[in-house]
Amino acid sequence: MALKIVKGSIDRMFDKNLQDLVRGIRNHKEDEAKYISTCIDEIKQELKQDNIAVKANAVCKLTYLQMLGYDVSWAAFNIVEVMSSSKFTYKRIGYLAASQCFHESTDVIMLTTNQIRKDLSSPNQYDTGVALTGLSCFVTPDLARDLANDIMTLMSHTKPYIRKKAVLIMYKVFLKYPESLRPAFPRLKEKLEDPDPGVQSAAVNVICELARRNPKNYLSLAPLFFKLMTSSTNNWVLIKIIKLFGALTPLEPRLGKKLIEPLTNLIHSTSAMSLLYECVNTVIAGHDVNGSPFLPPFSLALFLFLRFQLCVQKLRILIEDSDQNLKYLGLLAMSKILKTHPKSVQSHKDLILQCLDDKDESIRLRALDLLYGMVSKKNLMEIVKKLMLHVDKAEGTTYRDELLTKIIDICSQSNYQYITNFEWYISILVELTRLEGTRHGHLIASQMLDVAIRVKAIRVFAVAQMATLLDNAHLMTGNVQRKGICEVLYAAAWICGEFSEHLENPMQTLEAMLRPKVATLPGHIQAVYVQNAAKLFATLLKNQEGNTDRTAAQETSQLMIDRLPLFVQSANLEVQERASCILQLVKYIQKLQQKDVEVAEEVIALFAGELNPVAPKAQKKVPVPEGLDLDAWINEPPSESESEDEQPKAIFAKEEPKHSRARHTEVDEKELAKRREARKQEQANNPFYIKASPSSQKVYQEAPGVEHIPVVQIDLSVPLKVPGLPMSDQYVKLEEERRQKERVEKKKKEKKKRKEKRGGRGKKHDSGPESEEDITPAHMVDIVTEEMPEDKKSSKHKKKKQKREKEEKEKKKKKKHHHHHHHSDGGGEESVQNGTVEEEEPLPVSVCHQSFTEIDIQGNLQDGSQVVVSVIFENKCDNFLKTMEFNVLDSLNSKLQRPEGSGPHDGLSVPFQLPPETRSSGTLRLSVFVIVFPQNEDSSTHEKLDFKLHFTCSSYLITTPCYSDAFAKLLESGDLKCSSVRLEGVNMPFHHLLARICFHHHFSVVERIDSCASMYSRSIQGHHVCLLVKTSGQTVSIDAKCDEPTLLGNVLDEIKQTFSQC
Amino acid sequence: MQFMLLFSRQGKLRLQKWYVPLSDKEKKKITRELVQTVLARKPKMCSFLEWRDLKVVYKRYASLYFCCAIEEQDNELITLEIIHRYVELLDKYFGSVCELDIIFNFEKAYFILDEFLLGGEAQETSKKTVLKAIEQADLLQEVRPHVVTLHYE
Repeated sequence: MALKIVKGSIDRMFDKNLQDLVRGIRNHKEDEAKYISTCIDEIKQELKQDNIAVKANAVCKLTYLQMLGYDVSWAAFNIVEVMSSSKFTYKRIGYLAASQCFHESTDVIMLTTNQIRKDLSSPNQYDTGVALTGLSCFVTPDLARDLANDIMTLMSHTKPYIRKKAVLIMYKVFLKYPESLRPAFPRLKEKLEDPDPGVQSAAVNVICELARRNPKNYLSLAPLFFKLMTSSTNNWVLIKIIKLFGALTPLEPRLGKKLIEPLTNLIHSTSAMSLLYECVNTVIAGHDVNGSPFLPPFSLALFLFLRFQLCVQKLRILIEDSDQNLKYLGLLAMSKILKTHPKSVQSHKDLILQCLDDKDESIRLRALDLLYGMVSKKNLMEIVKKLMLHVDKAEGTTYRDELLTKIIDICSQSNYQYITNFEWYISILVELTRLEGTRHGHLIASQMLDVAIRVKAIRVFAVAQMATLLDNAHLMTGNVQRKGICEVLYAAAWICGEFSEHLENPMQTLEAMLRPKVATLPGHIQAVYVQNAAKLFATLLKNQEGNTDRTAAQETSQLMIDRLPLFVQSANLEVQERASCILQLVKYIQKLQQKDVEVAEEVIALFAGELNPVAPKAQKKVPVPEGLDLDAWINEPPSESESEDEQPKAIFAKEEPKHSRARHTEVDEKELAKRREARKQEQANNPFYIKASPSSQKVYQEAPGVEHIPVVQIDLSVPLKVPGLPMSDQYVKLEEERRQKERVEKKKKEKKKRKEKRGGRGKKHDSGPESEEDITPAHMVDIVTEEMPEDKKSSKHKKKKQKREKEEKEKKKKKKHHHHHHHSDGGGEESVQNGTVEEEEPLPVSVCHQSFTEIDIQGNLQDGSQVVVSVIFENKCDNFLKTMEFNVLDSLNSKLQRPEGSGPHDGLSVPFQLPPETRSSGTLRLSVFVIVFPQNEDSSTHEKLDFKLHFTCSSYLITTPCYSDAFAKLLESGDLKCSSVRLEGVNMPFHHLLARICFHHHFSVVERIDSCASMYSRSIQGHHVCLLVKTSGQTVSIDAKCDEPTLLGNVLDEIKQTFSQC
Repeated sequence: MQFMLLFSRQGKLRLQKWYVPLSDKEKKKITRELVQTVLARKPKMCSFLEWRDLKVVYKRYASLYFCCAIEEQDNELITLEIIHRYVELLDKYFGSVCELDIIFNFEKAYFILDEFLLGGEAQETSKKTVLKAIEQADLLQEVRPHVVTLHYE
């Protein structure tokens, strides 16, 4: 026996200790794994010995090897052996090994319960200490349950060293065995007032962590913590307490009020940045909790706001600090504010932009995140410009890619809400394609496609840019590194093909698309190239046949026939298929061409029709057809035992109530009709609905009006609007005004509606996001009429006079217009009325004695095709007029809006009676489809009164203010057609003249210099009309520009009429 | 705090302390990922990074990186303070600590950490108290293990 011990200790002398192991590993860098495996073998031998010192040494080495990543779980039992040694030296090593190697699934942990309990109650505080430390790492629910009582006792140990550890470990116990919380809590609370600051801080720690999980239960401790907060000077404790209050204040706003003072004091006084940061963070987090049921009184709110401002100021100081860490945290906190108070952040834009120049990438990324939320229509271009500079400078591709995605994110957010000029955006996208080695080619491509498809006005510009891209495609494909970017060519080819009518030099683009180099592009891109080359070819044929240039057309066909075989040989099936199909087609076309057959129309028909984007949620709007039960099983369900089946079933069950509600709601006929009508309107306004026949409105959208913002109304929150002109700011303002008005009106209407049919149309309201209610689509049928631009209070006398003038003027003009129509072939629809108009010379005023009608015509800005006519009825006879009916015969171009259910020829009954010698006014609405011609509406009321409505072009104009810079840009844009007129013998002061034009023709003065003035107006369908009025002596010359020459001509004629009468 | 890692500039792990129960496999994966991420950062960068749903606070002292993972609501600056405090403790204990001290006396480094933090929370903010506790415990050891003097190959 003795020999054995001696042998053991001699062996031990030759054993490696930990230092030897570490040194050995360092000396065997080449064959480390081999060396360690021999070491492990040695350790296994050592563990077999009875000597606890040897075992402890072995376990210590194992702990080291475990850190290096070797599996030592096989030695778990030996670790327990070493833990249970009576000597502190070994016990310490055993517990360390256990805390490093054990986890919840280690089964030997069960064996340790009694040993740990023994150690916990050891008279030696360090034995207890290591046991507690070890336990904190490997406590399991079983251990927690079994030892909770022992640890609880230790919380009242005489030594603060033990108390402190016991309190801290209770948190782990609570997590594993929550039942222990209730009995232990009173003691824990007691520890908040422990004489030892370490124990106190441990108790604060634990309660703070608990409160973060479930703040409600700790509200009662608030006074105690408040006392601690005002008395403690320990920053560690203060931080925890502030955190705790941060969790409590949302539940008890009065607490927030109490906290204002101490928090503000801390913010002012502390030198510890960690504490300051915690205070600021808490204030920020607390500031948006004001939505709680108890709203603070005003003075408090103000105070809170001031405190909040103080915090923002402090954050600015943090960001300005040279310490990268503080800068980063400042920006991080700013991004929290951004969500609730974007204004407060926006005022620090300069600082945040500065951070983009920081050498630290993580700070730049933070600043980028902030920018995303800071952009507005005003600063978008400036911010993106700055970002583009950074893109050029950025060295790492990751950061550059990050910048690229951020730029696109920023611009495209909420449906391009902040973009006012899409030409600018397209240029940005094109610039981005020049980046080296970006992975985001597809992202740029999808943006290009999205913008070109949805923003009709931009297509001309986009197509030109894309053609340049295609032309320079070799720059993108040359380098292997640039693989990602060639995705852009996909978009470029498609845009050039689809909108090829806008191409300036289609032949060049076609050649670019058929270059042999194209064959090196990825297959899916080649496929698009081939398909769109065909589209281009069709457009070219049409142009060339139009020119009666047969040879050119044949040359184009020959080009296709020469180049396409390359693609027919492609390894990509899609390319091959498309190419051989198109090649065959072109060959056939060539044959026809040789026989002098015109084929362009037929070829172009191949690609006729416009592709419309489809909203992601469009499918949801399609009602489930009658009799189709989506919940019914098509086949018998598979056996229920399989667990996978249960998941989908649960999903269906959730949706069921929705379906049944939709299907089984009992509704009467009226309600159904109402809904049908609502749906029709919704469909009419929804660009994603492919209509059976092109509606008249759509035709106008495609009309070449530059400014009639021809934008697909996206069925999302914000309509996308795209003026293709640099004047965009102006439109933005107008648009906003319009929305503001709408919002107010809509609210009024909505209130009414809700009263009328509560819950009747609930479903429709639920479907859209909240913001949808805020902004109405531009096309709505029933819109409360807007005020006339002229002052309504203007004396009746004046109005009459004006009317008379107008009518007289009409008389003359009518003839003139007839003239015009006889010659023009475009105005065919007007001819229907021609027969009657000429005979009906007498005007309403002169014809009728018993009633006098005053007619005032105004356009409605909210709906480009609606005109509201106010009619004043005056009874001039002695009889009481009981019923009146009012009718206007529909013409092809105009239509009286009648109530639902009435026939196309029914009149409108006037909703009032007229006693003798009284007057009253009524309104009627007409839909007008083409506004560029003036119109005559005649009507015959059977027995009583015939009248005539003359719609002058001026009545379609709406007084619209315009700023001189926007005006100048508009003129420069070159999209406007020019026309001019000279008026002789005008004998009135210049300002009267201007006033007259403003009054009668709804213009506004943009600028006036001496005897020269610029004027602007806008039609209800969005045409711009610009005038430059000059006077010298009695001659007035008017130069005018408008994007619709016919409209302009007519307006000028009308102006001429106005002045020829004076 | 969820865990603390010490690793060298070469990416060798020198110390690890986990305050959340994780399997060995997960620990290894996290360690590998985090070491790579932190080493890839440039010297002038700030000490914080967002990693998975955690915040990582790290600081480099000579050739050693001290790296802590904390939760969303935790305070980064106080975590930096904890790291610094721990380095000061090591420094006091070993007397001008270097990486090799920690390699060869790694169990000591753990003991000091365990006196300073418990269950991921700071248990003692006074350096003196911590060092006193360590000294007392060391005294209890039978054989005072020689702190290896640093004359290495």
